[in-house]
Amino acid sequence: MSKTKQKIDLSSFPTVDQVGIGDRIERITKRSIKKETKVQGLKMALNMVDLTTLEGADTDKKVIQLCNKAQHLHDTYPDLPTVAAVCVYPNFVKTAKTNLQGSGINVASVATAFPSGQSSLKIKLLDTKIAVDAGAEEVDMVISRGKFHEGDYNFVYDEIAAIKEACGNSRLKVILETGELGTFDKVRKASDIAIAAGADFIKTSTGKISPAATLPVTLVMLEAIKDYYYKTGIQVGMKPAGGISNSKLALQYLLLVKETLGKDWLTNKWFRFGASSLANDLLMQIVKQDTGIYQSKDYFSKD
Amino acid sequence: MSRLEVLKTYKIYIGGKFPRTESGRFYTPKVGGKSLGNICLSSRKDFKNAVVAARSAFSKWSSATAYNRSQVLYRIAEILEGRKAQFVEELTQQGSSKSQANKEVETSIDRIIYYAGWCDKYTQLFSAVNPVATSHFNFTAPEPTGVVSVFAPEENSLIGLVSTIAPVIASGNTCVVLASEKLPLCAITFAEVINASDVPGGVINILTGKRSELLEHMASHMDVNAFLYTGNDKKEMLSIQELAVENLKRVRLKDFSNVYSLDHETPYYIEDFLEMKTTWHPIEKIGAAGSGY
Amino acid sequence: MAKKTIKINFDTGWDLAPAPESTGHIQLNEQYNLFIGGKWVKPSSGNYFATTNPADETTLAMVAEANNKDVDKAVKAARKAYDTVWSKMSAKERGKYIYRIARLIQEKAREFAVIESLDGGKPIRESRDVDIPLAAAHFFYYAGWADKLEYAFPNRKPQPLGVAGQITPWNFPLLMAAWKIAPALATGNTIVLKPAETTPLTALKLAEAIQEAGLPDGVVNIITGAGETGAAIVNHNDVDKIAFTGSTGVGKIIQNAIAGTHKKATLELGGKAANIIFEDAALDQAVEGIINGIYFNQGHVCCAGSRLFVQESVYNIVLRKLKDRMESLIVGNPLDKNTDIGAINSKEQLQVINKYLKIGEKEGAEMYQSNCSIPKKGYWCKPTLFTNVSQSNRIVQEEIFGPVLAIQTFRTVAEVIEKANNTPFGLSAGVWTDKGSKLFNMTSQLNAGIIWGNTFNKFDPTSPFGGYKESGFGREGGLHGLKPYLKF
Repeated sequence: MSKTKQKIDLSSFPTVDQVGIGDRIERITKRSIKKETKVQGLKMALNMVDLTTLEGADTDKKVIQLCNKAQHLHDTYPDLPTVAAVCVYPNFVKTAKTNLQGSGINVASVATAFPSGQSSLKIKLLDTKIAVDAGAEEVDMVISRGKFHEGDYNFVYDEIAAIKEACGNSRLKVILETGELGTFDKVRKASDIAIAAGADFIKTSTGKISPAATLPVTLVMLEAIKDYYYKTGIQVGMKPAGGISNSKLALQYLLLVKETLGKDWLTNKWFRFGASSLANDLLMQIVKQDTGIYQSKDYFSKD
Repeated sequence: MSRLEVLKTYKIYIGGKFPRTESGRFYTPKVGGKSLGNICLSSRKDFKNAVVAARSAFSKWSSATAYNRSQVLYRIAEILEGRKAQFVEELTQQGSSKSQANKEVETSIDRIIYYAGWCDKYTQLFSAVNPVATSHFNFTAPEPTGVVSVFAPEENSLIGLVSTIAPVIASGNTCVVLASEKLPLCAITFAEVINASDVPGGVINILTGKRSELLEHMASHMDVNAFLYTGNDKKEMLSIQELAVENLKRVRLKDFSNVYSLDHETPYYIEDFLEMKTTWHPIEKIGAAGSGY
Repeated sequence: MAKKTIKINFDTGWDLAPAPESTGHIQLNEQYNLFIGGKWVKPSSGNYFATTNPADETTLAMVAEANNKDVDKAVKAARKAYDTVWSKMSAKERGKYIYRIARLIQEKAREFAVIESLDGGKPIRESRDVDIPLAAAHFFYYAGWADKLEYAFPNRKPQPLGVAGQITPWNFPLLMAAWKIAPALATGNTIVLKPAETTPLTALKLAEAIQEAGLPDGVVNIITGAGETGAAIVNHNDVDKIAFTGSTGVGKIIQNAIAGTHKKATLELGGKAANIIFEDAALDQAVEGIINGIYFNQGHVCCAGSRLFVQESVYNIVLRKLKDRMESLIVGNPLDKNTDIGAINSKEQLQVINKYLKIGEKEGAEMYQSNCSIPKKGYWCKPTLFTNVSQSNRIVQEEIFGPVLAIQTFRTVAEVIEKANNTPFGLSAGVWTDKGSKLFNMTSQLNAGIIWGNTFNKFDPTSPFGGYKESGFGREGGLHGLKPYLKF
């Protein structure tokens, strides 16, 4: 069942208490993840990574290297899961597509004048179309934060809905850029708008703004997803992106998902990490769990 | 031709009204062999009615502004000042010398003024903002305890009465007072002062009668929150403390024998009938150092 | 096509592996004597009783039973220490001793935490992160007051009372000992303290730390025993002050026993706190507050938010969120770092809780428990809630002291204030709303000593704690916690 846009009451949104969110997160971060739980979690996390390169200096060769890395995470270690997707700018979708053929790894493309989103709808639609036509299975759009701050929620909603339509069968991830929204109440509001407008995923950040993903902001978004699920029975995915570079933190994100949304979201169909250096740390920890020996970064390929 | 004097009937004061005791009983206290009059011998039912009046007055009186309570107390002093002569006469009748009586009335007026001034200040004295180690705003502030039973001092019947009532009601408590058993005249006249000032009915209720009859009920009533005892009768104190246990009344035992002393002008008497309430609320930490956003 | 039921599946197949805290570094004796006059003294009766681990019913240690004679010995030691040393010492030096105790608790924090969880059944997460750090913080806070008392009471001259008899409960054994000992020492009193008979070990370890701190002999005496020992302290003629935390029933007995004497009392008694959720609250955080309010420390909390009031318009969603949140609560081994709800403190307490579960069902209330598993051995109760209850139900009126929540609905502010205050207790209350003016109206209207607005079950040494009405009198913590140990 494909997700379509829904009516939304823009006059009132649930509120969020920041200190209460902090209390909840403290309980998550105090969980102890050991042994099999850890190994299982690390592999699950690896399988949820969107391996990302979004630099002005990106080239075809850089993208090809990344695609290789995605398919050969650490060949000396058998039976590793693959990452979920490789995430690039629209002009590299074709390169990525070619180099990932047959791997089962999706190509995700940012679009809509990423990262600022400061352009016309026409350009944004075209940007999206280029990515989709080039074969992107997933589109990561940014919302118009300026319009959002102006209180023009209809504009934000309509834009997301239009991009969703342009995505066709590709799945749409909507980046809220939470670091620019200012309060959890606004993060919640943006989440609700994005979900109602047709987002398949909501995503915290572009990675270009600090703060990027945090556990608290992710919890706020997971709660929006939960409330939507309660109401409609429709699942929406979640992608924290930026700033998640170590395994311990990744496992805490997974615990947060486990205790908020349960089993159905503990899969890369509904949960992703937008990260570049996380994969290697996960690999190091997987090997450490297996061998009992602490690892060095020199033994894991960097692309 | 000499004029026949109109004698005063001494009644009790409940809920802003002056009923006779429902029991119809009276007693006749004497000073120097001379009767002070037929004084109501209040029954436990009178007390029960007074508690109902005090309880129903509590919510409004305790939520009145401190400024308002302060003015109401000040108004009592004003009216008392105007009726000084009447009190002097009654005190003389009760055995005081003229100068003693004058001093007692004047000190009483000043004492009410003293407590009137505290109404909008004691909160600042007894409150605290508490620097808790979590991201919360936390403060402690006093609230009135509720309905207070009062045994007014047996001696110094006016200044004693005033010195017990004023600190109790200054914070918003309401009370049921048993006046001096042997010197009850001023208590009833004081009730008339209260009634003529702006004190809402039920805030102060004044009964006359015997401690021996009313002690049990005033100490055990489940809708009374505190007891102010003046005196030093060990037996009375013990039974009040024991009877107060059932609903954990706050019992304060005070020696008011030296009631003229400035020791009896203290905000800590107000504190005796306060409950401390501590309130917590989160403080959002966005945009602050160490922001959790 | 049948409509799919919308249900979050918490059976994830990714369960947390056991993560037990190590018990290797703790030191427990097989037998503990009485700590009197700075020495460990055998009980005059020669009797010892067992203190057990409620999670597996094993005996942890044998503990001395103090009788009248021992109590007399302890009070005499405290009096002697008061007369000869403690009342003569400069306040500054007194404060420094208390700082030392604070530091020693911090140094031995892990050992205290493990023993607290072993003896009382509370999850190590709580003893490690709440009980022990707060206990140390209490000593640290009051230490600094010792030489500043005159600033706390304008225009008065504070003087210590003398010998304080202190009786602590089993729900926060070390923390309650700290709440009692720290302010009493800071104000210059000497102490005879009796911890609860089911959880005496951390108080005895505290006695060791106090010895290590070099506190003069007899300033703090810690003696163990059950109700009779406590009664002997209460009734001892040479005790000037009784500080008691426990049930309202026992509090009344104490108050009666000291009537007509010179003894002052602080009573911190039972509660049945209202936790009120308005429709405009941040609901997910409110749900977290409900969880924290009633399932913290197995609900063995006098200020637990055991009466939940939910505004009707959000009742269904709050109940749903609450039930879902309950699914991720882990019940089991108190020493496991992931345990959320540990063991019920004693067999007797489990019987009390089970009695109330039966009463609730008999009264027609609907019981719900989460789907967690519980260990076979030991004393356990799943997180429980009752719906379809009203004010007249016993499970709404009486303190259960377990992980049992009674949920009612309301429509208006006036209605919920009336219901919330409709109890002889008045210890604490919680209010959840996003609207400031409503919040402050609620916090001023609720008759309770502690009001949590948009939070619940928070504690701090600077924050006074204590009740209205039958929840007791006197305050512990903060500036207001000094007064009960002073005369003027």
